[in-house]
Amino acid sequence: MRATLRFWRHLYGENPLHLLAMVGCFALVGYAVTFVFPGPSALALGIWFAGAVIGHDLILYPLYAFADQPLVVLRWARRRVLPRRPALVPAINHVRAPVLGAAVLGLIYFPTISQRGDAAFTFASGHSMVGEYANWLLITGVLFLGSAVIYAIRLGVALRRPRPPVTAPEEPDEVTEARSGAT
Amino acid sequence: MTTVGRAGAGEAGDTAAEPAAVVVDPVVDPGEDGAVVEEPEAGGTGSGEPASSERVAPEPEYGFPRALWRGLARIPVPPPADPRTWRSPLRGTWLTSVFGAVLLVGLPIVILTGLLSFIAYGPQFGQALPADVGYLHLPFFDWPSNPSWLYRLTQGSHVVGGMILAPVVLAKLWSVVPKLFAWPPVRSAAQLLERLSLLALVGGILFEFITGLMNSQYDYGWGFSFYTAHYYGAWVFIGGFVTHVAVKLPTMLRALRAGPGGTGALGRWLHDSPAETEPEPMDHTGLAALAPNKPSLSRRGLLGMIGGGSLLVGLLSVGQTWDALRPLALLSPRGQSYGNGPNDFQINRTLAGSGINPTALDDGWRLRLTGGSSEVSLSRRALLDMAQHTATLPIACVEGWSVTRTWTGVRLRDLAALAGVPNPDTAFVQSIETSGAYARATLQSNQVLNPDALLALKVGNPGEETVDLAPNHGYPARIIVPALPGVHNTKWVAAVDFRPA
Repeated sequence: MRATLRFWRHLYGENPLHLLAMVGCFALVGYAVTFVFPGPSALALGIWFAGAVIGHDLILYPLYAFADQPLVVLRWARRRVLPRRPALVPAINHVRAPVLGAAVLGLIYFPTISQRGDAAFTFASGHSMVGEYANWLLITGVLFLGSAVIYAIRLGVALRRPRPPVTAPEEPDEVTEARSGAT
Repeated sequence: MTTVGRAGAGEAGDTAAEPAAVVVDPVVDPGEDGAVVEEPEAGGTGSGEPASSERVAPEPEYGFPRALWRGLARIPVPPPADPRTWRSPLRGTWLTSVFGAVLLVGLPIVILTGLLSFIAYGPQFGQALPADVGYLHLPFFDWPSNPSWLYRLTQGSHVVGGMILAPVVLAKLWSVVPKLFAWPPVRSAAQLLERLSLLALVGGILFEFITGLMNSQYDYGWGFSFYTAHYYGAWVFIGGFVTHVAVKLPTMLRALRAGPGGTGALGRWLHDSPAETEPEPMDHTGLAALAPNKPSLSRRGLLGMIGGGSLLVGLLSVGQTWDALRPLALLSPRGQSYGNGPNDFQINRTLAGSGINPTALDDGWRLRLTGGSSEVSLSRRALLDMAQHTATLPIACVEGWSVTRTWTGVRLRDLAALAGVPNPDTAFVQSIETSGAYARATLQSNQVLNPDALLALKVGNPGEETVDLAPNHGYPARIIVPALPGVHNTKWVAAVDFRPA
């Protein structure tokens, strides 16, 4: 029995229950798909399903990964230029947090902010979503302002604390710095 | 120096068979000290390599044909397939497991409330969409009409809960993105199948979020029916989700129980400042970075940011279904102020949109009651002369918003008795409106007989005096039934057919 299992594992790469779970998944997914394929909306559904994956994995994800790079590079550059003066309070996350907040709201409420749904909304409700984007801009402003205020407070607290002498006895390890920063 | 087996994945019992199972896992702190001495272990994969401060990925398990997969793995590949592309020191099995645990609690709530909404629409009458779903539904039951806030709660949880989970879903996907580009793309038949099942999981959840968010904001630009797409899309996702949980739950539990470096000290990782933050150790899940950057954010900071994002989304969204917090729903189309008057609340079908000729609402309007031995016809005056009942009830939309009003009118069960069917099995309500999917609705027995189920003639702010319904809210008379999905509370009612058992 043990030898059989081991042989199976060498062949398949996982234990047999794994295969059972996969078969269950494909059976359910296949059954669900039979309700729309073949059918008039099958193509549009397929395009949107694939589009959702491609849109996130190959467009949205690289965008936000690259959006973070300037911050990482700036931080690295700052360390190179001012090696003996570590930042009292690193600013990087005071930029990241409001950007993230504004971005996630912008994404979730995109149909409203972009007013794409306005015609249907007006037809259904007699009201309009035109101008709601201003609320998003307002919230974005508040997030950045709040982050800046917290940063200022932290900076103030750090400045009041006694600082170690500027010529720190321990030299930063240049090799390590260069390696870890070389993104 | 520590050695790890394949604790991260697979069965511990089989690992002894393969020499590759024991690997070197130096714990490197790249920010502090590059001089970590690594002693290559005999028989380990590290044995042929010079000692260095580099982190070493454990040799993965390969299925048949091993030579092919291993050969592929040795080919140097450019980014993003090169594991050195992924540099966040926070990525790792533990972090992914934290996000996974949150979603394991949250997503079933969103899934179940969504499937319950299908039941609430009355699939037994063919009025739930999509109409024929085969076996893809919860067991059918009569949707309760008590408590009155039931549908408000389930559908509010579905929509707002989904929105709150969106940042966690994005974070979870961020934490596993190196796997998307991993080289070689597969290492065994098992992994090939698993990656296909992940298409159902990831594609499913993204598809469900996108269609759900667009529909609740009136953006219908797909070219397919929302209900069809969101319902079957949900089942595709459920397939991927259940399978993923079945396969990965042991890994998640082990990682959470083991904690940082197997110490079980969950608090330590959450306590570390950015400077103290160590990269997660490399293991068989392949999530931890091979060449991590110096941390600029602590684990506490990352989890705080994601949690804060969810909190922010929650605060700005819950007001669409919670009257007291309505002013906070700044981005929700249904969070706008409609004014303070008795009739100033959300409309989901305007009189103009219904296509009804306004003269049909004049004094000549009559309510027809059928089902008994003879048809009964009532003017609005006659209805007002009947026993009036007032109830404060929410009206909740499938889009996730809801609002509480006080309604005055005639009890549906009084009308049923008047029609000569005091114990109807169902009631079929028709609007003056003839077009549109919700110009008619069938009510269950419990929905007709509930003492708060009304043919409402008046409406007002909660607890205040009621006034005649405005034309946009269904004047001369509309249905309001506790816990019934909003669109089934038919407006501009023309006729009710009470059907005996």
